[in-house]
Amino acid sequence: MSDALWYFARGSGVVSIVLLTIVVVLGIGSRSGKPAFGLPRFAVSLLHRNAALLAVVLVAGHVISLLFDPYAQLRLFDIVLPFAGNYRPVWQGLGTLAFDLLVAIIVTSLLRHRLGARTWRVVHWLAYLCWPVALVHGLGTGSDNGTWWLWTISIACAVTVAAAVGWRLSTGFSRFPARAERRVAPRLRKELEEVR
Amino acid sequence: MKLHVDWTACDGRGVCTELLEEVLVEDDWGFPVARDGQRSPTVPPPLEAAARQAVDRCPMLALKLRSR
Amino acid sequence: MTSVAEAPVARVERRLLDGELGLDAHLARHGRLPVLDGSQIIGMARDAGLTGRGGAGFPVWRKLSAVAAGGGAAVVVANGAEGEPASKKDRALLAYQPNLVLDGLQLVATATTAEGAHLYAPKAALPALRALLAARAAAGLDRRPVTLHAAPDAFVSGEESAVVSAINGRGAVPADKRIRVVQAGVGGAPTLVQNVETLAHLALIARYGAGWFLSAGTPDEPGTFLATISGAVRRPGVVEAGYGVPLGELIAAAGGATMHLQAVLIGGYHGGWVPADPALPVSRQTLQPYGASPGAGVIVALPAGACGLGETARITGYLAEQVAGQCGPCINGLPRMAATLADLAARRPRAGLAAEAERLARLVSGRGACHHPDGTARLVLSAMRIFEADVAAHLNGRCLAAEGQR
Ligand SMILES: Cc1cc2nc3c(=O)[nH]c(=O)nc-3n(C[C@H](O)[C@H](O)[C@H](O)COP(=O)(O)O)c2cc1C
Ligand code: SF4
Ligand code: SF4
Repeated sequence: MSDALWYFARGSGVVSIVLLTIVVVLGIGSRSGKPAFGLPRFAVSLLHRNAALLAVVLVAGHVISLLFDPYAQLRLFDIVLPFAGNYRPVWQGLGTLAFDLLVAIIVTSLLRHRLGARTWRVVHWLAYLCWPVALVHGLGTGSDNGTWWLWTISIACAVTVAAAVGWRLSTGFSRFPARAERRVAPRLRKELEEVR
Repeated sequence: MKLHVDWTACDGRGVCTELLEEVLVEDDWGFPVARDGQRSPTVPPPLEAAARQAVDRCPMLALKLRSR
Repeated sequence: MTSVAEAPVARVERRLLDGELGLDAHLARHGRLPVLDGSQIIGMARDAGLTGRGGAGFPVWRKLSAVAAGGGAAVVVANGAEGEPASKKDRALLAYQPNLVLDGLQLVATATTAEGAHLYAPKAALPALRALLAARAAAGLDRRPVTLHAAPDAFVSGEESAVVSAINGRGAVPADKRIRVVQAGVGGAPTLVQNVETLAHLALIARYGAGWFLSAGTPDEPGTFLATISGAVRRPGVVEAGYGVPLGELIAAAGGATMHLQAVLIGGYHGGWVPADPALPVSRQTLQPYGASPGAGVIVALPAGACGLGETARITGYLAEQVAGQCGPCINGLPRMAATLADLAARRPRAGLAAEAERLARLVSGRGACHHPDGTARLVLSAMRIFEADVAAHLNGRCLAAEGQR
């Protein structure tokens, strides 16, 4: 039984990082305003959301299975508090950190209409932190670290995200490169001191 | 229903123009234009579900549906 | 410099700008405000048919009722920003008869049971106002203290939601109108923003009655308005007249035209061009066919030798520079429209140039948080109509004004 849990934890962890990679790439794709990957924009956006929700389910499975796993000896507060674990605290702590960030990103996204776009966007930027932390956690903590297949998967994920980020930063990213930047004119913020 | 665009938020990402082709088109810079020429275009009942989806999916939360 | 035109001419009538300067002269002439309750004030504004003098011409009593009905502590704001470069009347009013404005501000505060009262005006106007507020406080005049705020020198700084944003300390930046300032404005309270001239009229109505107010202007558009007359006139400045005053009398009150006029810009940079017909009555109703309105009372006289397209291109360029920078269609559309007009004015014709200007004007209309794109489009469309012959000439590489044919 405990072996089954251990295998499940490892498997779900690996699938999670692959899914999170897809989520990040779709997120970047939906940011472009271009139909990406041969899909219309709203479909990219919907896929991004649905893949994210699926990833959450897998990550939850990953964490819960570890709670019951005798090797990992994960305690409840290890899920929330990073770097306090007994089993490879640094590597496991990265996992906890990635999990916390993921929860923050998902919760703010679900409450997006209530929180407002600005709060949501700021938290969403944490995805660029969450994803690499999760990747490093997978490479370092798993009992599979050093296996050729985990390295292959991780490198493939990294290359995919790097390519997407490169595209994001390239000039060809926006559909309307000649568009003027939206920025509030500084002159409107002048002379604002209140005079009594 | 009417679709309200908050122009201070809209970034012309074009999600709404795809989901609501019957109501909106893109202008020269990718920002939505109401086909009916109204400030807040009318959304006919059959398109309300699509409009709700656009409101939900707009990356800038720039869209709102209102009853008048 | 602002100069108040002298000698009233025919239907040019002085109400606001009449009388000596100073608080004592004000009290000697008009006395203290009569004690009125909220419904009396709103009723008077309605009976007088008083409309806003800041440009949009909205009935004052309706805005008063909406804010009063908002419940809870309301806020009132006197808007003297006057971002429009061709307008000087609010500055003149604040310089010559500020007591009327402050009286009016107290009246609307009573009518809306407001707790906060604010006056928003160009920085240069504030020191004198601060001294005056102290004098009025000493005389026991103002039930509610008035807070002064400096308006940034920018075209859109006087737009209603920009005024509210500025007072809230977030810059004079227009806001989305899904929630209107009459519902939630300064500090989230129902807020009444009223042009300073509107308030001054209300101060006179409270003393002399709605009937007196109705004796000037037309039956549909009662009362007087302040006009800022500039361009090819001998004594540019501020003139007061009843709505419906013939254009020629306004020009005469500003010393008359310095040369033959070909057209007049009415309503300001967001206004419209009309023919320089001296008999044309200046009222909403009569200007509507030209796509113009008295607006905030700006009159710019264009002499025969000047090119209307050149002047329109210059103004459009200015307006494009003055965008607040928030709304995609406005920040992209206005510069493109200005460039198109500049090409037309400089006689750089290309296929479809005139149609492109009109298309852009229609494209930006109604697609911004504020009416800045709409107003700019209105100006461009009216120019394309009034200067039709000039457009045709420019497209052929010629200019009627330069050739003396205007
Ligand atoms: C771009 C823009 C600029 C404006 N600037 C002024 C201004 O400087 N002063 C003013 O009183 N109203 C200005 N307005 C109109 C105000 O939004 C508002 O309608 C007015 O202050 C209300 O007062 P009223 O009803 O007494 O006219 C502006 C409107 C726009 C769209
Ligand atoms: S989806 Fe939102 S941001 Fe994109 S164009 Fe439509 S309103 Fe603008
Ligand atoms: S419409 Fe133009 S001027 Fe008005 S708020 Fe938007 S960007 Fe600013």
